[in-house]
Formats: sequence, C-alpha cells, structure tokens
Amino acid sequence: MSATTIIAIVLVIGAVGYLAGAARARMVVGGETAKLHSRPGYYGSFILIWATLPALLLLVAWSSFAPVLIDNQVRDTIPESVRAEQSATQQDLSINIVEAIAEGLRLLDERELQQATAGFVLLRPLLADKGVALAGNGEDWMIASAQQLNALRDTNIIWKSIAVIGLSIVGFTAGLLQIRAQLRARNRVEGVIHAGLVLASTVAILTTVGIVLSMISETGRFFSSVPPQEFFFGTVWDPRFANAEDPDAAGQFGLIPLLAGTLYIAFVAMLVAVPIGLFAAIYMAEYASSRFRSIAKPLLEVLAGIPTIVYGFFALVTVGPFLRDLSGQIAGIATGEVSSFISATSVLTAGLVMGIMLVPFVSSLSDDIISAVPRSMRDGSLGLGATRSETVKRVILPAALPGVVGALLMTASRAIGETMIVVMAAGVAARLSINPFEPMTTVTVKIVSQLTGDLEFTSPQTLVAFALGLTLFFITLALNVYALYIVRKYREQYE
Amino acid sequence: MKVDTQQGFADGTATAVAGSNEFPVKMDGKNVNVFYGDKQAIFDVNLEIRERQVTALIGPSGCGKSTYLRCLNRMNDTIESCRVTGLITMDGEDIYDPSIDVVELRARVGMVFQKPNPFPKSIFENVSYGPRIHGLARSKADLEALVEQSLRGAGLWDEVKDRLQEPGTGLSGGQQQRLCIARAIAVSPEVILMDEPCSALDPIATAIVEELIDELRQNYTIAIVTHSMQQAARVSQRTAMFHLGELVEVDDTETMFTNPSEKRTQDYITGRFG
Repeated sequence: MSATTIIAIVLVIGAVGYLAGAARARMVVGGETAKLHSRPGYYGSFILIWATLPALLLLVAWSSFAPVLIDNQVRDTIPESVRAEQSATQQDLSINIVEAIAEGLRLLDERELQQATAGFVLLRPLLADKGVALAGNGEDWMIASAQQLNALRDTNIIWKSIAVIGLSIVGFTAGLLQIRAQLRARNRVEGVIHAGLVLASTVAILTTVGIVLSMISETGRFFSSVPPQEFFFGTVWDPRFANAEDPDAAGQFGLIPLLAGTLYIAFVAMLVAVPIGLFAAIYMAEYASSRFRSIAKPLLEVLAGIPTIVYGFFALVTVGPFLRDLSGQIAGIATGEVSSFISATSVLTAGLVMGIMLVPFVSSLSDDIISAVPRSMRDGSLGLGATRSETVKRVILPAALPGVVGALLMTASRAIGETMIVVMAAGVAARLSINPFEPMTTVTVKIVSQLTGDLEFTSPQTLVAFALGLTLFFITLALNVYALYIVRKYREQYE
Repeated sequence: MKVDTQQGFADGTATAVAGSNEFPVKMDGKNVNVFYGDKQAIFDVNLEIRERQVTALIGPSGCGKSTYLRCLNRMNDTIESCRVTGLITMDGEDIYDPSIDVVELRARVGMVFQKPNPFPKSIFENVSYGPRIHGLARSKADLEALVEQSLRGAGLWDEVKDRLQEPGTGLSGGQQQRLCIARAIAVSPEVILMDEPCSALDPIATAIVEELIDELRQNYTIAIVTHSMQQAARVSQRTAMFHLGELVEVDDTETMFTNPSEKRTQDYITGRFG
C-alpha cells in the first residue's frame, strides 16, 4: 500500500468522521441543535481533525525515520570482507547499487527470479531487458542484500499502513466518544486552524533564516582561507584558479570593484527610473482621467511582469549595439573619425535597461502612496485658490515624500540584487572606473560566473560566491528595513 | 436682528439694489442643476447669499446642500463626473464663465471643510500657504504680520503664538478647525463657505467656532451648511431649507424657526423627519 493510498484511506475516514460527528451531535440533543454549544458542522470538523491529524502526523514521522532504520539494517548485510576493504564513500556507492537491484528485482517474475539470484553476471542483462541499467561493478552478495531490502520494505509498508489507519480509526472513535452538547467543538476546531495559520506564516520566516544560516557556514569556510579585510577592502578582483604553471595561485578577492560596479549600475538605473516613474505616478494619481488611468495603469504594470532575462536580451541585442553605433556616429560628426566610445556592454546599457525595468515599480508604489494622501488635503489646498500644480508641489508631494522615499529605497534594493540584465549587458570585467561607457561588473554577475561550471565547493574561488551573496543579502536587507521604517513613520502622520 | 425678509429670492435681478436696511446680494444662483453622472443632485435651485450675513443651509442628509455650497467656489469641478447648469453669479459676474479663472475665484470664495484638514506642516506654514501662493506678502515681516492677523481673526493667536513652528496636525480638533478658518481668511476672501464646520468637534469647541463665525460676519459673507437646527438658529441670519435636491424655502432665520411657510420645513425643524 503506497503512501498515497494510505492518505486517501485516512481522508475517507475523516470524511465519514465529519458526517458521523455532525450526525451524532444532532442525535445527542435530539435534533434541537440550538442546545449544542457549537453548530453541528464544528462537531463534524472536530471528528475530522481527530481522525486525520494524528494519523497523518504519524505517517510523516514514520516515513522520515523508517528509511534510516532500513538503510542501517541493509548496511549490516554488507559482508565483513567487503566492509574491511571499502571506504565509507565506496560503501555508499554499493548501497546505491543494492537499491537499484532491489527496484529491478520487483520487475521480474518467478522464473526469472530463480535465474537472477544465481549471480550478478546473470542478473545484469535480465534487468537491462526490463529497462533497469546497473553499474558494471556489482557483486554477488548484493543480490541477497537487495532481497532483504525488499523484504524489509514490504514489512515496513504493512506495519505503516496498519499503524496509520489504526490510529485514524482510534482517533475517529475517541473523538466520537467525546461528543456531548457542552463540548466546545468550535473553540477546539478554531484552535487547530489558528495553529495552522501560525505555522504557515512561520514557514516563510524560517525559510529566510535557513537560507541565511546555510550561507553563513559556507561564508565561514571562505573566510578561513581568505582574511575578511582582504575581501571587504581589497580593490583587485582576480580569483585565479590554481593551474600547472602557478600551483600556488590563490587569487585576490577584492569586493570593492564589484560593489562599485553594482552601485554604479544601480545608480544609473535609478537615474532613469526615478524621474520617469515619479512623473508617471504624479500624472496617474493627480491628472489622469479615471478612464485613462484604468487602461494605462495595468499596461504600465505589465512591464513589471516581463522576466528580467527578456530585458537582458533587449539590452544585449538592441540597446547595446544601438548605443555603440550612435556613439560612433556622434564621434564621426565631432571628430571625423568613426570610433564608438560606448562599448556594447557597458554601465550605461545595463543601467538604462534596468531603469526601464524599474519604472513600473517606482510608478506603481508611488502612485499608491500619492493616492493615499487624503482627499481633504487636496480640497484644502484647492479651496484656497491653489492650482493643481501648486497643490501637487506644496501639499501632496511633501506629504507623500517619506512614503515615496521608502518606495525608492525598495526599488534600489531591487536594482542592487538584479542579476540577469547585468549578466547580459554590463560585461564581466571587474574594474574600478567612473566612465559609464565602459563595461563594469556587479556582485551578482560574479556570483553567477564563480558558480557556473563543474566545480567543487571547497576552494575559495567558489566559496567566495557565498560571501558575495551574503554581503548582497545584508545590503538589500538593510535598505528594505530602512525603507519599511520610513514608510511606517509616514503612515502615522494621518492617524 | 433687523433683517428684511420680504425680498423675493428668485426675482431675476442678480444685483438687486439694497434697500436702506437690506443687505446687498453677494452671490446668486439661478436655476442651478447639478448632476453626478446621470444622477441629478440638485433641481432648479434659486438661492442668493447676501453680503455680511450668515446664510445657513439646512436639510436632511443627501439633500444637496453641500453640493450647492461647493458650486459657489466651483469645488465640484474637481469631481470628474459632476456637471453644473444654470447661472451662478458673484457681484453680477457669471462664475462659470470661461473668462473666469477658477483659481482666482477660489481665492475670493474661501472654504472650510467638514473635517479639519490642516496640512502636515507647521502652524505658520498652514496659515501662510495661501498668501504665499497668491503673492500677498511683500516681505517676511509682511507675511508674519498677515499670519498673526489671520490667527487673531480666527481667535487662535493666544493659544498658538509660542508654537508657530509646531505641526498644525498636533492641535486639538477645535483648534485645527480654527486654524483652517485662519488659513481661509489669510487670503482675504470675500465669501467664506463652511461645510458642516462643527460636525467633528465637541460642544465646547463648537461654541467657540460659532462665536467666531458670528464675529467674522462683520467682514465676510458666510454660507454655512449645518445639520444642527440650533446652530443654524444661533449663527445665521437667513436660512435655506433643502429637501431631496430642491430648495424648499428660504427666509429670515427668525421667521423660519418660528413661523415657516412650508409644512416640510416645520416638520424638519421640529424633528418629525430628517
């Protein structure tokens, strides 16, 4: 019986429990449901929970612990001679083969099984016929282990099914016996739902914590080989991989050029996004007719739904070459010599395209904030004979400013964390430069390039990616926290 | 209160020559209809506002009294679906004429709203907002004098003179409303429209604001929308009764409350409906 079947049976018991619970609740008060503490449906849900929740929890626990126990038992079947000569890793490999054989044996019929148990050499072609490919280095003892594995698994499933379904029935009965008119079924059921809601919100938080913790341990390993001050204050990024000519090459891991590139590109992007987005928001919130707004706002927000890799293509194929050719033309007109002073991949290209990507974030967030300024503020200003633009400049924007700043900070943290556009449009050269027409690179680009390919997570060359990621995480986290702080402060003004 | 009550309010002369003891007409509406989209909110209202008097607009909720008030400084223009027909004049001039600048009109016809709505700025900046945008003060000293004068006019000066730089939103509700009145009179309007100015205030603050309205009558023409019969009786010289978007009756306040000519008015002011 598979886990799915067990779950289905438990749910059926639960469904029956729901009906039985509701029916029994009606019965104990002789049909006068007003005498019940809760509505009959709550008694139904009460039984449903009793019948399913403990059983499913047991199933989860059993399914996570049983394989470990089985694995240990199978390991015990490895012959002493083999165990003596194999390392732990090799034993793991052997167990993998045993598991593959176990899967394969289930596909064979009685007669084939007879043949197969004779030895690995015979078994391999048999299983290959059934579509199960085995590694060539199998040994005969593995067949016996595989058979034992199968036996253990069968017993496990039987006992698991009995235990889970049994517990479900016990829960069903126990719940049913508790039902009487005074039972506070609603409070109990709501308690369980409440716990479920708490759990759901905790999962998101715990995931974040988990991500940070997993990065911290890898980052710690990186800093054990590269001192933190060299990482945080180094101005040269040159993570050379060790090679034959220079086996001692450790490389230099200076964060500064990457951080400078990240901030520079984000700055250019904000330079594009903030004016366009803010003006769009002001127009949408203050001037546009409701008809125009109802069409234009969703269209503008479509921009936010475009995957960033598509923006990357746009930068790589269209904007970059266009800027390069344009600069060539300008140079041609100015000096008579056609030479592009803007590279196809450059800070400008990446910043420009990222800025376009950010426009809907700025405009949408700012629009909401500007619209949240109470209408009475507008009326007060207009009633004094102020024009629309005076009202916007002197009343609406100052009132909305803290919120808008918060929105801009959140947008900036997106710009800093953005990856695909810069990977495709900014270049990979880690340089310290103030010329926006030349390629620079960002933290995210280097994380991608350090982790691309067939690598071991042991050298500083790959581990540095975790340090970079963690640094980036803390920068954006700090920006977001600061933004939230400002937005919250702003909210209090009208309360 | 010596007020001539015999003047026909819809006699078609926007600038009726005032009698010896009669207040001249400041603003006059003729056959005013207001529509919100397809829904008509006001039907053929003829109502004049007389100079240096307080005219109260009363009536049950949704009867169109606030809508009429907002027509007088064209605040209804800010509502997209709103359409106004008919003729509204100020000193004989059509205020909906294309040659009229709505910004200038609103400087001449100030407004105080139902809920106190000081800007989230300092008290000083709240009051100096209007003079600044209209360029009424030549120097900083001028501006400060104007702010003081306006705050005194609103009876708020003594309470706030030591904390002019503190935010206006930090004042109590009644003080905030008087700040809004100070803000309105700082641009020296000719008419002040008040849309239920006391509905968000406690009785003590209400009494202070009512007293202030009575004083403001010396220098300004005032139209006030109110839900409180007693307030209308206390502060106004003329009262207009609205019902379902129509003007039921307009008369001298004393007459209106003692001897109304319409049964609907009598029913409303005695509390039989509304």
